[in-house]
Amino acid sequence: MPPTQPSVDLSPRVSDEVRKTTCYMCACRCGINVHMKGGKVAYIEGNRDHPVNKGVLCAKGSAGIMQHNAPSRLRAPLKRTGPRGSGEFEEISWDEAMEIAVGWLKPIRETAPEKLAFFTGRDQSQSFTSFWAQGFGTPNYAAHGGFCSVNMAAAGIYTMGGAFWEFGQPDWERSKLFMLFGVAEDHDSNPIKLGLAKLKERGAKIIGVNPVRSGYNAIADEWVGITPGTDGLFILSLIHCLMKAGRIDLDYLARFTNAPVLVNGDPKSPDYGLLMRDQDGKMLVLDRATGKRTPYDRKGVKPDLAGSYRKAGISHRPVFHHMVERYLSDDYAPEQVADRVGISAKRIRHIAAELARAAFDEAFEIDRPWTDFRGETHKTMVGRPVSFHAMRGISAHSNGFQTARALHVLQIILGTVEVPGGFRFKPPYPKPPEAHPKPHVGTNPGQALNGPHLGFVHGPDDLALKPDGSPARIDKAFTWENPMSAHGLMHMVISNAHAGDPYKIDTLFMYMANMAWNSSMNTGGVMQMLTDRDDSGDYVIPHIIYSDAYSSEMVAYADLILPDTTYLERHDCISLLDRPICEADAAADAIRWPVVEPDRDVRGFQSALCELGARLGLPNFINEDGSQKWADYADYITNHERRPGIGPLAGFRGPEGDKTGRGEVNLDQLDRYIENGGFFVSHIPEEAQFYKPWNTAYQDWAVGMGLFDAPQPYLFNLYVEPLRRFQLAAEGHGDRQPPEHLRGRIKRTMDPLPIWYPPLEDGHADPVEYPIHALTQRPMAMYHSWGTQNAWLRQIHGRNPLYVPTGLFEEHRLSDGDWVRVTSVHGEITVPVMHMAALNANTVWTWNAIGKRKGAWALDEDAPEATRGFLLNHIIHELLPPRGDGLRYANSDPVTGQAAWFDLRVKIEKVPAPAEAQPAYPPITSPVGKGPKDLAWKVGK
Amino acid sequence: MTQLPTSTEKKLGLVIDLDTCVGCHACVISCKGWNTENYGAPLSDTDAYGADPSGTFLNRIHSYEITQENAPAQLVHFPKSCLHCEDAPCVTVCPTGASYKRVEDGIVLVNESDCIGCGLCAWACPYGAREMDALEGVMKKCTLCVDRIYNNNLPEEDRVPACVRTCPAKARHFGDLGDPESDVSRLVAERGGMDLMPEQGTKPVNKYLPPRPKQDEAQEFDILAPYLEPVADTPSGFLGWLDKALEHIPGSGPRFPDPDARQKSGKL
Amino acid sequence: MHPAPSVIIFTVFSGLGFGMLVFLGLGLPPVTGWTAFFFYLAAYAMAVGGLMASAFHLGNPQRALKAFTQWRTSWLSREAWVSVAALAVMGIHAFAAVFFGAILAPIGWLGAGLSVFAVYCTSMIYAQLKTVPRWNTWLTPLHLITLSFGGGAALMGHTSLAGLLIVLAAALQVAHWQVGDRALARSGTTLASATGLGNRGRVTAFEPPHTGSNYLLKEMVYTVGRGHAAKLRLIALALGYGIPGVLLLLPIPGVWPSLIAVPSHIIGILAARWLFFAQAEHVVGLYYGKRAA
Ligand SMILES: Nc1nc2c(c(=O)[nH]1)N[C@H]1C(S)=C(S)[C@@H](COP(=O)(O)OP(=O)(O)OC[C@H]3O[C@@H](n4cnc5c(=O)[nH]c(N)nc54)[C@H](O)[C@@H]3O)O[C@H]1N2
Ligand SMILES: Nc1nc2c(c(=O)[nH]1)N[C@H]1C(S)=C(S)[C@@H](COP(=O)(O)OP(=O)(O)OC[C@H]3O[C@@H](n4cnc5c(=O)[nH]c(N)nc54)[C@H](O)[C@@H]3O)O[C@H]1N2
Ligand code: SF4
Ligand code: SF4
Ligand code: SF4
Ligand code: SF4
Ligand code: SF4
Ligand SMILES: [Mo]
Repeated sequence: MPPTQPSVDLSPRVSDEVRKTTCYMCACRCGINVHMKGGKVAYIEGNRDHPVNKGVLCAKGSAGIMQHNAPSRLRAPLKRTGPRGSGEFEEISWDEAMEIAVGWLKPIRETAPEKLAFFTGRDQSQSFTSFWAQGFGTPNYAAHGGFCSVNMAAAGIYTMGGAFWEFGQPDWERSKLFMLFGVAEDHDSNPIKLGLAKLKERGAKIIGVNPVRSGYNAIADEWVGITPGTDGLFILSLIHCLMKAGRIDLDYLARFTNAPVLVNGDPKSPDYGLLMRDQDGKMLVLDRATGKRTPYDRKGVKPDLAGSYRKAGISHRPVFHHMVERYLSDDYAPEQVADRVGISAKRIRHIAAELARAAFDEAFEIDRPWTDFRGETHKTMVGRPVSFHAMRGISAHSNGFQTARALHVLQIILGTVEVPGGFRFKPPYPKPPEAHPKPHVGTNPGQALNGPHLGFVHGPDDLALKPDGSPARIDKAFTWENPMSAHGLMHMVISNAHAGDPYKIDTLFMYMANMAWNSSMNTGGVMQMLTDRDDSGDYVIPHIIYSDAYSSEMVAYADLILPDTTYLERHDCISLLDRPICEADAAADAIRWPVVEPDRDVRGFQSALCELGARLGLPNFINEDGSQKWADYADYITNHERRPGIGPLAGFRGPEGDKTGRGEVNLDQLDRYIENGGFFVSHIPEEAQFYKPWNTAYQDWAVGMGLFDAPQPYLFNLYVEPLRRFQLAAEGHGDRQPPEHLRGRIKRTMDPLPIWYPPLEDGHADPVEYPIHALTQRPMAMYHSWGTQNAWLRQIHGRNPLYVPTGLFEEHRLSDGDWVRVTSVHGEITVPVMHMAALNANTVWTWNAIGKRKGAWALDEDAPEATRGFLLNHIIHELLPPRGDGLRYANSDPVTGQAAWFDLRVKIEKVPAPAEAQPAYPPITSPVGKGPKDLAWKVGK
Repeated sequence: MTQLPTSTEKKLGLVIDLDTCVGCHACVISCKGWNTENYGAPLSDTDAYGADPSGTFLNRIHSYEITQENAPAQLVHFPKSCLHCEDAPCVTVCPTGASYKRVEDGIVLVNESDCIGCGLCAWACPYGAREMDALEGVMKKCTLCVDRIYNNNLPEEDRVPACVRTCPAKARHFGDLGDPESDVSRLVAERGGMDLMPEQGTKPVNKYLPPRPKQDEAQEFDILAPYLEPVADTPSGFLGWLDKALEHIPGSGPRFPDPDARQKSGKL
Repeated sequence: MHPAPSVIIFTVFSGLGFGMLVFLGLGLPPVTGWTAFFFYLAAYAMAVGGLMASAFHLGNPQRALKAFTQWRTSWLSREAWVSVAALAVMGIHAFAAVFFGAILAPIGWLGAGLSVFAVYCTSMIYAQLKTVPRWNTWLTPLHLITLSFGGGAALMGHTSLAGLLIVLAAALQVAHWQVGDRALARSGTTLASATGLGNRGRVTAFEPPHTGSNYLLKEMVYTVGRGHAAKLRLIALALGYGIPGVLLLLPIPGVWPSLIAVPSHIIGILAARWLFFAQAEHVVGLYYGKRAA
């Protein structure tokens, strides 16, 4: 009997309409197709045409529908009614909210604009928020980079004019050996996975360097379970092996880097250790053909790596000699470093050999003639199929800047940057460090700031110091403590403001950063600082304004809440002026647009800033008659011009919408973006796709696109001269002198050639008493704290154990589900454990930001996130413990101020199971109530 | 309908590459999203914002560690959904005929309007591929996105399961495993695709590609040694080598005979 | 497996009910009139009550009738048919006995056969499952049928026979436990075969796929502590088998032994049945690392 089957509708209607916009659940910014049914969001999938994700979507992206409909969404502006931290609020009108904000901000703008500290989280509108802050006139503006990955950004930009962090990518199509340092997920979330898939398809080799073998490291062909904080030493040892074997790209070094540039060798000179230059400031090399000192960019020059220049009995040697001298030293021999890094000498040599083999023996050429900046034409492009990627695993250490530098030097000596098969920049990078602005801190009551806040310093003269030498910024960015803090130090703002050091502020204005919880070090302390009162009973930090879209922990600590929309309800601009979505082959930018209108009394934060700016009379936010200039953010995106013809969006410019990069305002621009799927791509011509810093075709293309105004080819800085300028000051040269207590540290850490030193915490927390490294990793299916409000995602990661390696697990007689007390020099937490075998023997770790405060995120108070989830942040302090000198240094990289999350050292001890993870804080009142009991989400019928 | 067809015209299924899966859970959520909005009742969640959230999912990512004697431990991310078995015990136990295996493509489906929610099919499945929906009381399982793969309202290239379309690491492949010439069959042949729990006799259609052997062990260290033969033992020796090496490089060429070079001392 | 009260009640009481019906059908003893009425009432109450209880286990009991359609392959469907058939056939038998004082022997024999078959079908629902090695043995039907006979005999007042059957059932119970405790290990299904990764080294579960709960964990990955299980086994042995066996076999006059033996037996068997489910390891637990491989 043939079975009869039920008939299934094989072609159901998928949706009424597809609206294409950009995902927001992380900074990867994938394109999404939002399927609508009956005006409601029914289903979200990846946009196949999108340059970033090419159709794929991660878990967070697919769960966007639950984010968009989360019960934790704020519903209207809130005014605090209970004490700070209680979570007690009343809903108010926008008008009242604006009036309150103006009431606080107007007086300070008119008297002392620096009393406003405006700090934003991981938003994608920094060019706009900084524009607002400049108009306000406060020097105290930055985004989250300081606690995130400024080491990566700064090391990359100072060394090679671009960084791993969002600004570049491996040549996934051609690489044959890929080495990944300390990445669990990264901003390039989907592209990295797509790239790994390509490598796997071609059988390319993947080496993962990470104390933990999960995620990407799990699929790596070879895993290097390094001791945390020692990557720099490992990399320098690889450099040692490669140099000693002559397995380096001499041609590349001579042509494209400052390896041949002469270094002033006169110890008596004020320029000792600086690069030699001619009258025009051009760096000098020895020309191999003439034997003469010649500007590096002279046509036909053959820069010599070998010779040195002798004058008045003094030898001025090229950078490369200094490298040879340093890195050939036995200090970096594999046998010398093996124990420290926890990798056998044999394996270090083996990896160096693999790199050499891939870079040189598997080199290839592609037939694309190109012309370099010296006017020389090359018939082909030489490919070196070795690529690297790294992120916070190396940068979130206090030696992260120099470690990232070391990695870039390794890439460069192999000749693998900006070549086929290697690492490639994405526009608007590459860009020489000099092309970036310098920090500005010139305030005048009632007026705009004298220039952009953040930037790149090139020596002590560029520091942000007041005439008396004290820090000009509340976060002490660009001071002797962390001179190259290109992104500011968001993690120091609250503690500095609380301490009134360097000065007191009046209003703390924050946006999209959960600073009372997972983005702060010393979370308990921070909550205390936010609620602390002075002798007269007033809050030490008088006013706090905060914009969030959800009922986060931070909301409870603000006085005034400006509720944002969800990402599907507003305009956003992912701009070339900011952090665009470019690929190595193309410039690209994107928008978000309201695919649904908000059903609550909320406003896009940028639109709210347009109104607030106008009410405050900020110069860029009012018309001549004093009326509001930008009706909303969409208006700003369309009509604002940074420079003539250059606006937030590069696509569809000009009245006809046919101009790219440069062009007049197009009133239909946003509609054109929407028609085009929410993004715009402009491909880089083939001959301009590699060797970008030196490739005339690329330079010309970039000028045409408006990325810069004139070609600006440059050399890679193996030797970073600005670092040397700080060292020189520390050695006593120049008028701007560091304070005595920092002199030694600056001399040691600001070396112009990469060095390695142990993470600073090692010098403060006794490594014998605290023998274990403690780390966090990003779960791929969660975004920091905000994934938790997502009903689908929280079932995947609703609590987080501490993962303990086999040896420690046995030593402490643990079994899964037991509890341990984890103690650092700063404090202790009590948390559940799980065993993990594929883990460095001295490392424990947990997922980041799963633990939640009771009452937040519209969850029940006994949610597992609050009872069994935990944060490591409680035992990481923003300051290192005091030492003999009584001074407390920031727990940051001494060069950039990057928060050193991963320097943490702990000890563990088994304890009886407590009722819940410790420390436990009392619940906060939820300003939005609680979520529904059950969900059966279906929009269609 | 719980008799299994003696043979099916096609054997549609998934091939999952354990060498490539990074454990990102993207497929889990895209599956949840598609199947909540489409075939049958929504995949519900109970106590969604509470202390004991629990929901219906058709696809889940496990992870396992492998410990070995002489090599570091490995970690394998392991996606699991219905394997659309040829000898599907979940079908034959079903008392109502709600569970059936399609003759045309071998997809195992639950006809929800016939399902009494007895749970027996889930008991019979060795793989945990079936979950009863707590709110609807009907059995849920992977449909192989039967409402996508033939859907005329979708562009041709999108007629693949939601989980396959979304997988960022391209670890999921969809096709006809009954056709030895199909891409998926070739992959299985090349990479030694395997069955899960073969001893259960279910004859799964879905196959798993095992992780490729790791290169963690020290064996090949010496093979590569020639790549690192030192050119010199001292820095000055190195500079001598450098000078010679540069002569052969187009960007440098022979050196102008300058006196500094000649008198270059051994000291750097 | 989750020891759901509904399935425990279902299996225990339908077993007892059908056990009684077997004896009634065989005319042991050949009761009629009011006596028959009360015996049948008790038997039907247990058999039908048990079946109804099983409906509580259903997600959509209103569609229960559909369960009759798949008798060709499904033991559950067969059980539905056979139970109804047994109840119907025995209904005729009962009707005749109660109202007409007539014993329709052939119909009784048929009904008795169907009743045994009903218990067999029930037991095969469990015994057929390769996924639950503890159940996947001929001991399961044998044990459950013996128990059904033993309980039925006890309820029908066949004290010595009941005693003997209960002792036999005790032996089968112990055997079932013994065999069952090694069944998963002997099934050949391990985490290694479940993942296909066994040839590379020792496979252990790392992170679970979700920290939240799900149907599989609640339904099939139930775990009982060893100590707890051992205690319950002793209780089950004593109450379910030991006490009733002794009371029924000892030549004690009067109904008192039965009045103690039967409730004791039922309580003991409920405990044993709880363990039957609670200790049954479904192989899916391997994927969750909840079972020793
Ligand atoms: N899904 C998801 N994606 C995200 C985010 C998220 O929350 N969720 N957050 C976004 C943000 S803000 C950022 S900054 C990026 C960060 O992206 P990642 O850089 O991937 O950040 P982490 O998860 O902190 O990963 C750090 C990794 O470094 C390893 N590690 C720690 N110390 C060392 C060390 O000394 N040496 C080496 N070699 N490795 C080490 C850790 O084991 C871990 O694997 O991710 C972004 N993308
Ligand atoms: N231990 C440890 N701590 C860490 C790290 C670590 O690796 N380990 N990583 C650090 C790093 S790199 C980072 S970047 C930080 C990140 O930490 P945070 O910047 O605090 O990140 P989130 O938790 O995502 O919080 C951002 C806030 O933005 C809100 N939000 C979400 N969507 C919107 C919106 O559309 N509009 C508005 N206005 N608000 C919104 C959320 O509700 C939340 O309150 O954490 C840091 N903290
Ligand atoms: S990686 Fe995921 S969360 Fe991030 S933008 Fe892409 S889809 Fe959204
Ligand atoms: S995997 Fe399970 S549910 Fe799927 S066909 Fe096989 S036995 Fe049935
Ligand atoms: S739960 Fe539904 S599909 Fe499964 S066996 Fe029972 S009736 Fe059939
Ligand atoms: S094929 Fe469809 S139903 Fe099956 S796991 Fe993939 S997405 Fe889910
Ligand atoms: S989406 Fe792909 S890589 Fe991610 S868990 Fe699923 S199968 Fe693995
Ligand atoms: Mo970050």
